Amino acid sequence: MSEINLQIDGKKVTASEGMTLLAAARSVGVSIPTLCDHEKLHPYGACRVCTVEADAHEKTSLLAACQHPVEEGLVVRTRTEQVDKIRKVLLEQMLAHAPDSEQINELANIYGADRDRFEKESNFCILCGLCVRYCAEIKQKHAIGFFDRGAKREIAFIPEIALRECWDCKECFPLCPTSALQAAYVLTEALAAPPTEPKSCGGCKG
Amino acid sequence: MPRINTTGELETFRQEILSQRDVDKPCITLCSGSACHATGSNKVSTAIEQEIVAQDVTADVSFRRTGCHGFCEQGPIVVIYPQGICYLKVQPDDIAEIISETIKENKVVERLVYVDPNSGEKTTLEEDIPFYKNQERLILGSNLKIDPKNLEDYLAIGGYQALVKSLFEMTPEQIVDEVKEAKLRGRGGAGFPSGVKWDFARKAPGDQKYVVVNCDEGDPGAYMDRSVMEGNPFAVLEGLMIGAYAIGANEGYVYVRQEYPLAVQNLEIAIKKAEEYGFLGENILGSGFNFIVKVHRGAGAFICGEETSLLNSLEGKPGEPNARPPFPAIKGLWGKPTNINNVETWANIPLVINKGAKAFSSIGTDGSKGTKIFSLVGKVNNTGLVEVPMGATLRDIIFKIGGGVPGGKQFKAVQTGGPSGGCLPENLLDTKVDFDELNKAGAMMGSGGMIVMDEDTCLVDIARYFLEFLSDESCGKCTPCREGIRQMLKILTNMTKGLGQKGDVDLLLELAETTKGSSMCALGKTAPNPVLSTLKHFRDEYDAHINHQRCPSLACKELIDFYIEPEKCKGCGACFRKCPADAITGEKKQVHVIDQDKCTKCRGCAEVCPAAFDAVRILSGEPVPTVATEG
Repeated sequence: MSEINLQIDGKKVTASEGMTLLAAARSVGVSIPTLCDHEKLHPYGACRVCTVEADAHEKTSLLAACQHPVEEGLVVRTRTEQVDKIRKVLLEQMLAHAPDSEQINELANIYGADRDRFEKESNFCILCGLCVRYCAEIKQKHAIGFFDRGAKREIAFIPEIALRECWDCKECFPLCPTSALQAAYVLTEALAAPPTEPKSCGGCKG
Repeated sequence: MPRINTTGELETFRQEILSQRDVDKPCITLCSGSACHATGSNKVSTAIEQEIVAQDVTADVSFRRTGCHGFCEQGPIVVIYPQGICYLKVQPDDIAEIISETIKENKVVERLVYVDPNSGEKTTLEEDIPFYKNQERLILGSNLKIDPKNLEDYLAIGGYQALVKSLFEMTPEQIVDEVKEAKLRGRGGAGFPSGVKWDFARKAPGDQKYVVVNCDEGDPGAYMDRSVMEGNPFAVLEGLMIGAYAIGANEGYVYVRQEYPLAVQNLEIAIKKAEEYGFLGENILGSGFNFIVKVHRGAGAFICGEETSLLNSLEGKPGEPNARPPFPAIKGLWGKPTNINNVETWANIPLVINKGAKAFSSIGTDGSKGTKIFSLVGKVNNTGLVEVPMGATLRDIIFKIGGGVPGGKQFKAVQTGGPSGGCLPENLLDTKVDFDELNKAGAMMGSGGMIVMDEDTCLVDIARYFLEFLSDESCGKCTPCREGIRQMLKILTNMTKGLGQKGDVDLLLELAETTKGSSMCALGKTAPNPVLSTLKHFRDEYDAHINHQRCPSLACKELIDFYIEPEKCKGCGACFRKCPADAITGEKKQVHVIDQDKCTKCRGCAEVCPAAFDAVRILSGEPVPTVATEG
């Protein structure tokens, strides 16, 4: 792996090829906020609060630090007026869904995001996908997934798998930035789903 | 037909086909694109076949069903060659006369020829009709000449010559250089130089590479790619083969929308024929080049037109974008270097190779070369597909080719670039069709959608409509796209209901900046365009909606009222009979009155009120006067 030299917030950084801007920034103590990033999971780029500004190829671009690979000579700025403004609006949009999320409120304080700027939405989920990706990538159970698209996108447990797998796992619950409530709620609903009479008893060991 | 193994055999076969064809023999061609299919070309086709037998002209005339001619407004279209006599809106009942008069007597059936809606002048020949005369149909032109199910037709017009030239006279490097030098830019929307893209994929390390055709055309009202694929799938395949040879791919995929059954059908026939004749498979024409093509049907998601989403969908995953880099040229389908281009781009390749980069790039502007196909729709007289050289002005397209706005209405705006394009006003009509010029004006080339709007169109409502489309079609993966569109749509919907508030415009701009700046893929990055371009050019309409709850175009249902002017109403009862909500009262020859509580604003009364009376007024932003009724 060849070494790549770049600059983040004025600090010189030497990174290895394939590293993300987020990892490179962390290596020199520059912190970039994230909500959908997780050390064990592949970068996903959903929340976009890690957006940073960078000069490369003779132009200035906005990049998602969690996904964008380091490039030779890149000059990155993690706090500019535009970046802060974007993060503020993104947080406000998420607060419409999860006004009580501790993690989002902490960031909201930093970026001056107004908790009540947008009308509250009925769905708490900010679709960071931590639960879905953890279940798929780490547990490889695919008990929870995304359904529908666009504004109607939501997470839901697949009852057949959830009934079998979730009861003694629930490792996704603490990952949820909008408190485990949503995941638990959906799970409960899924587990309680159609209480039709079973055709035959599965064999109770107790 | 046995497999063609060498270029010599191909040329012999081509000569054989040509020798069997008499160019002077009358040929009836019937447009069989999707639009003409919808207006009844199948029935017309049956009538032609029957009538040829009935009038005993089987030996004197040939009949060919072709791809889309483009003049969709006037379908089904029949053109008689060699003269090029064009008959429009042809019905089965017209066929007997066409054959007895035109085929047998060489006379024109006057009632079926083109009549200019403005001047009333008649035009007999296809090439003289203003709609066609002002176009330059390098791609669409061959649609008229071939039966898309017949490979021999394609060979007769010089098909697969570019492939032969590429395989036997050029190295892959030379082909890539030729495409680079031609300055061909991707026709799918972004306008990235195709040669540069090919070069990335060619130079990317890896034994297995892929080429992909993007035929997931999803813009509302756009059907350029559909018509090219339906009308001449051979040219797309030939371009794909050349591209595959140039970048070193042996496998290609065509991603077609499920909603394009005829395109899928014709494409599959073209692939099967190409396999039979030896244009696909192993050792093509004895060149040592192997190449196969597979068809994949999309499941109807707009986002799958975005290349990384398309590749995910092709792999069987949800159609959601990936971050770029890595670009597909380096890491594409199944992680292998992949070159993906749009249908029209691929169809341009044989042209570039046959004509040479110099000749190709002599057409167009400095930054945009060749021609571009647009689907001209909306409030325009000649709805259809038009192909113009880059550099033509929007005014030429809409007025010279399109014949202007129907019904004597005023032109208001033209929307280019699909749902995330922009709306341009009259003072920008001289903008040239060019990737960079359109961007500068606040719109974009996109894949070629062009929607004309007249004075009755509310631009706030149009912005709302496109955002609603994007709200459904965004994959929903990233926050700025999903939530930004959601919030912008809410604000716009409120405005069209008279619930707009001071500060809404600033909020829209702020949301737009975030969505544009931080979204993952091009859908989100361009999603605010309908809002931004209408705000830029039609700000007064926003102000009227917000400040005065008034819709200047009298289009937003919740902001308008219907009112019968007592001094004009003659009590004819036309509106009374038309009203589906029983909202109109009044005795015969007495002034009629609309009950505002019952009115559903269907516009029926305004439409049926005789022009001589013109008594129904549509009000917006002002109270409805109370009418004193007798008794």
